[in-house]
Amino acid sequence: MSSFTEKIKKVDPRDAKLGMAHFYVAFIGLFIGGMAGLLQTLVRSGQYTLPAGIGYYQLLTLHGVVLALVMTTYFIMGFQLVAVSRTAGTLSNKQRTTAWIGFWLMTIGTVMAAVMILLNEASVLYTFYAPLQAHALFYVGLTLVIAGSWLGSAAIIMAYVAWRKQNPGQPSPLLTFMALVNTLMWVVATIGVASTVLFQLLPWSLGIVERVDVAVSRTLFWYFGHPLVYFWLLPAYMAWYVVVPKIIGGKIFSDSLARLSFILFLLFSIPVGFHHQLMEPGIDAAWKFLQVVLTFLVIIPSLMTAFSLFATFETFGRSKGATGLFGWLKELPWGDARFLIPFIGMLSFIPGGAGGIINASNQMNQVVHNTIWVTGHFHLTVATAVILTFFGISYWLIPHLTGRTLTKAMNKLAILQGVLWAIGMTFMSGAMHAAGLLGAPRRSAFSEYGGAAQAAEWIPYQIAQAVGGSILFIAIILVLYIFINLAFFAPKGEEEFPVGEAANLAEKAPMVLENWKLWLGIVVLLIAFAYTIPFIDLIENAPIGSKGYKLW
Amino acid sequence: MHIHKFEKIWLIFGVATLLVFLSVIGVSAFYLGNQPPSCLATINPEKVDTTAPFDKPGLNKVEGKEWDYELVFVASAFNYTPGEVEVPLGAKVKVIATTKDVVHGFNAAGTNINMMLEPGYISELVTTFDKAGEFLIVCNEYCGAGHHLMSSMIKVVE
Repeated sequence: MSSFTEKIKKVDPRDAKLGMAHFYVAFIGLFIGGMAGLLQTLVRSGQYTLPAGIGYYQLLTLHGVVLALVMTTYFIMGFQLVAVSRTAGTLSNKQRTTAWIGFWLMTIGTVMAAVMILLNEASVLYTFYAPLQAHALFYVGLTLVIAGSWLGSAAIIMAYVAWRKQNPGQPSPLLTFMALVNTLMWVVATIGVASTVLFQLLPWSLGIVERVDVAVSRTLFWYFGHPLVYFWLLPAYMAWYVVVPKIIGGKIFSDSLARLSFILFLLFSIPVGFHHQLMEPGIDAAWKFLQVVLTFLVIIPSLMTAFSLFATFETFGRSKGATGLFGWLKELPWGDARFLIPFIGMLSFIPGGAGGIINASNQMNQVVHNTIWVTGHFHLTVATAVILTFFGISYWLIPHLTGRTLTKAMNKLAILQGVLWAIGMTFMSGAMHAAGLLGAPRRSAFSEYGGAAQAAEWIPYQIAQAVGGSILFIAIILVLYIFINLAFFAPKGEEEFPVGEAANLAEKAPMVLENWKLWLGIVVLLIAFAYTIPFIDLIENAPIGSKGYKLW
Repeated sequence: MHIHKFEKIWLIFGVATLLVFLSVIGVSAFYLGNQPPSCLATINPEKVDTTAPFDKPGLNKVEGKEWDYELVFVASAFNYTPGEVEVPLGAKVKVIATTKDVVHGFNAAGTNINMMLEPGYISELVTTFDKAGEFLIVCNEYCGAGHHLMSSMIKVVE
């Protein structure tokens, strides 16, 4: 696929090895989590019973932890580290060592949490809501995953700082800038989940304290839980803004506006957790509404992103002589998996984003909260828009790092994979949305609810979900086949790491966008504004805490 | 920072739409009173059965309030008390519920009754039952091995 003439800028082999270590874990996670997902849809169809005493909720915990927490975090850390290495220069030995220690901490933590789940000591789902109480080692494992990710984050921050010192007065390379924004958001957000795990759940599971404050723990979790979804999304945006324009042969529409949109995501991703807690007691409705308003401010950078991407596509098509309102669409490289797979992801983000607007709406949330509609929603956003973009990235990044190439045959297979994903997800997510509107709950094993007429209406949709889930699993097998090919067997060669150029190189990005005292200051103020008073209320008016329960 | 003319139009249109949208849900919440259930009252979760109104679960007629009945539910792993209840058609009802153990959900399928039950907190919601029929209440927050068996039924009768 390498039809370029410029000298390839390659990621240093030592950094490539670091990146690949992350990707191996991510794709093993994809296999395990995908297998769990397939079995869940089969159980919910009512036609299948799990063998060997495996519990449905044990499987669901595995699916959520391995995909939402492990697979995504590893992929993102690996991608961001090599993106920084590619655009800001090879990591220093100190930065690389820090990242390696982080990798091993995360891996030890992952194994600990996974073992506890497999032993059925931690069937508490990936949200681990107290007062369901998992084994202490599950919480220790999660703590290590977070601590390890902080070391990986530290490596990225150190690399950024070093680049700025060497290039005073210059805006940092765009990909490095974006990786930094996402890293800063991650660090600020994970303070919430680390606090509840370390100071509440761990001492409580060890028996050091008897009771836990449930509402405080949930609030700290959701302080982290929403920025988590933007932590998944922003690396996909990095590829959409910077990589995809280069793949199609076009230019980045505007470097400065891309940076501005990332800054806006940093500001408005965090002080918004209450929109996951709209149906909860103990939080005043006015504070909920304030966070709903803040939630919707991310619509502004989202609109900027949509405009930029399609402006890039149209400008490119017209430069090739396309005419008419939509003639430029024909000029796009539909046969190139590196473009097509992320593009399918972009399209799925349109209904995904619209569903998100419904979910966060103060009142409409009541119709869909905790129904399987919500599951359908985030399988469009994270499990299609984000994950397809990650696959699209892998199809050039893995061979780039391993010194191989994406062959025509693998490219075809990758396109088939993307199309299968789109079909499978249309069935699965579509049926989830529909059943959710009828009231079918999420996170529940197959049940006829004592023969209730309403529950009987949900079953055909559950069968459709199993059909979609099966198609998706076939697509996962294809992804893994391509990954193994690109990592070990594809022909040796040079695969490009595409990094786009801005359309207007003369325009320098305003340096205020790199003023982190300013932006982090605003982040802290917004968080303080949105959380301080309701959080104090929760603590002051707290009921007696809860003892732990192991109800599985 | 240069912003393309079309992008300015696009963003002005988008932000204006957003403001209209936020005004609509704001007016609905604060003027029409359509707030999500946000009861601030607390309770000792270990003494639910002896604390009013949870010592009398079920439908209770009340006088002199904005609603005609109070419908009291107690949740615990893995059932609701009452397990079935009849409500007269057209009744304005305050649903009051809490949990004795872990977090549970409370969603009557086919209605807008949907709220979280958390230990130590009371959850409330006022609604009018203006459709006859059977409405299945399901627990929609994971609570343990029997989570998918946890349900109740509201029968709205003429």
